[in-house]
Amino acid sequence: MSDAWQAAKLVIERDLRLAFRNRGQLLHPLLFFAIVTTLFPLALSPEPSRLRDVAPAVLWVGALLSSLLAIEFLFREDAQDGTLEQYALSGRSLTWLLFAKTVSHWLLAGLPLALMSPVAAYGLAVSPDAMPGIIGSVALGTIALSLLGAVSAGLTIGIKRGGALLSLLTLPLAVPLLIFGAQATARAIEGGNMAAPMYFLGAFAVLGITLAPLAAAAAVRISME
Amino acid sequence: MSGFLSMGGYASSVWPAVALTFGIIVWNVVAARRSFAAARAEARRRVSMEQAP
Amino acid sequence: MDWTWFHRFGSPPHLYGLAGKLTPWFAWPAALLILAGLYGGLALAPPDYQQGDGFRIIYVHAPSAWLSLMAYTWMAAAAAIGLVWRMKVAHAVAASCAPIGAWFTVAALCTGMLWGKPMWGTYWVWDPRLTAELVLLFLYLGYIGLRSAIEDPQRADRASAVLAIVGVVNVPIVRYSVEWWNSIHQAPSVMKFGKPSISWPMLTPLLIMFVGFTLLFVALMLVRARGEILRRERQSRWVSEVVAQ
Repeated sequence: MSDAWQAAKLVIERDLRLAFRNRGQLLHPLLFFAIVTTLFPLALSPEPSRLRDVAPAVLWVGALLSSLLAIEFLFREDAQDGTLEQYALSGRSLTWLLFAKTVSHWLLAGLPLALMSPVAAYGLAVSPDAMPGIIGSVALGTIALSLLGAVSAGLTIGIKRGGALLSLLTLPLAVPLLIFGAQATARAIEGGNMAAPMYFLGAFAVLGITLAPLAAAAAVRISME
Repeated sequence: MSGFLSMGGYASSVWPAVALTFGIIVWNVVAARRSFAAARAEARRRVSMEQAP
Repeated sequence: MDWTWFHRFGSPPHLYGLAGKLTPWFAWPAALLILAGLYGGLALAPPDYQQGDGFRIIYVHAPSAWLSLMAYTWMAAAAAIGLVWRMKVAHAVAASCAPIGAWFTVAALCTGMLWGKPMWGTYWVWDPRLTAELVLLFLYLGYIGLRSAIEDPQRADRASAVLAIVGVVNVPIVRYSVEWWNSIHQAPSVMKFGKPSISWPMLTPLLIMFVGFTLLFVALMLVRARGEILRRERQSRWVSEVVAQ
């Protein structure tokens, strides 16, 4: 195993270990997602056909908002205790290390969200046949979302009350993800062909993987100056 | 002339749109000049403060 | 290759003076062209065969939308130059583009809504162009918000530059995804009329307006950029000389 892979593995292992020691922070976004998706039937109606119609929108808006909560913590502690500075000075590519950090963030935030979305979807009267499609679309969409979040989290390091600003920066940029993600979920629910929106989500993930770590590294460097 | 002003029945859309755009242009001119003037005044204040003692 | 011209061009006092000299050369033609274009569009151009005189809103709506997008592109290009070559004046240009672009995004949105009222019977429908323009407004507000949240001016310059570049990659994606979104959710034909079929007598004032708005943007940007240069250069000697005059 080459050095770069070793470094990435260490970063990911460290993040996972820290996250499991502080489970509350890990669970908050998921709880938020569960509560938000519960509020919709209460606000709208318990009628299954109406719930099924709004299910993609509820799932995706909920996923977007709850991953914003998770993004807020992406760099906060590492910036405060100087870990990010160590990364920047380590002589390894900061881009690569931040990419590894984003991978661990997706494992801790995006993937659990994807695995939880069938539960929320079931509550919204979606038939079990649609669940694999829903898991797939949320899992794929949150890859690009985590990468995008890494850029805006990097930009807002050290800003007081950065939470609101973080949403203002991230949400407009996430509009394409919301459109194609919700469409993929809608097609999964209808039993239609998910290929087109999934290809787009895949393309965004690839675009994010190539560009976002560079931008995130630049943002982190600037924020630490 | 009255035909021009009534805009073929669309006066209530066309004239507000024109007036609004015009207003935004004028406001931008004023705001740009004001922003420059403020920067200049601030620089001048700084210079006079440095020269005072 | 000789790069001295580049460094001289990028030197703040030089650009400050140049911008001051250039401003009237953009401002007055802009005023003339916009007035001429408005007169041509509102009085001379023939009414559209379907929308009658209602289509004349295009003469203020389309140039505003054009300016809003152009300002974002300039902002991102200036931000990239500022980031790569660590050029203060480029950041000054980027900082001055944002408020102008945001204001004309508002103009494009409001005129689009006023146009929508006779066309669709309501001020707001989720038309792809209007929706994309609304997202653009949020992008501008995010940029301005980030800039004002960071106290250190140099850090604000560089952080907002990264955001502008990320945003400019996103703008076309937003545009096309919104169009795709609109095409699959075909709203039950809300459009009362087709697109105006543009003829030359209609197009000429529109082109005049486009040129006028472009010049207007440059003039506004130059005036603001001079102020931004002064703010970034307060400690330099040339500023005290310029200001003392």
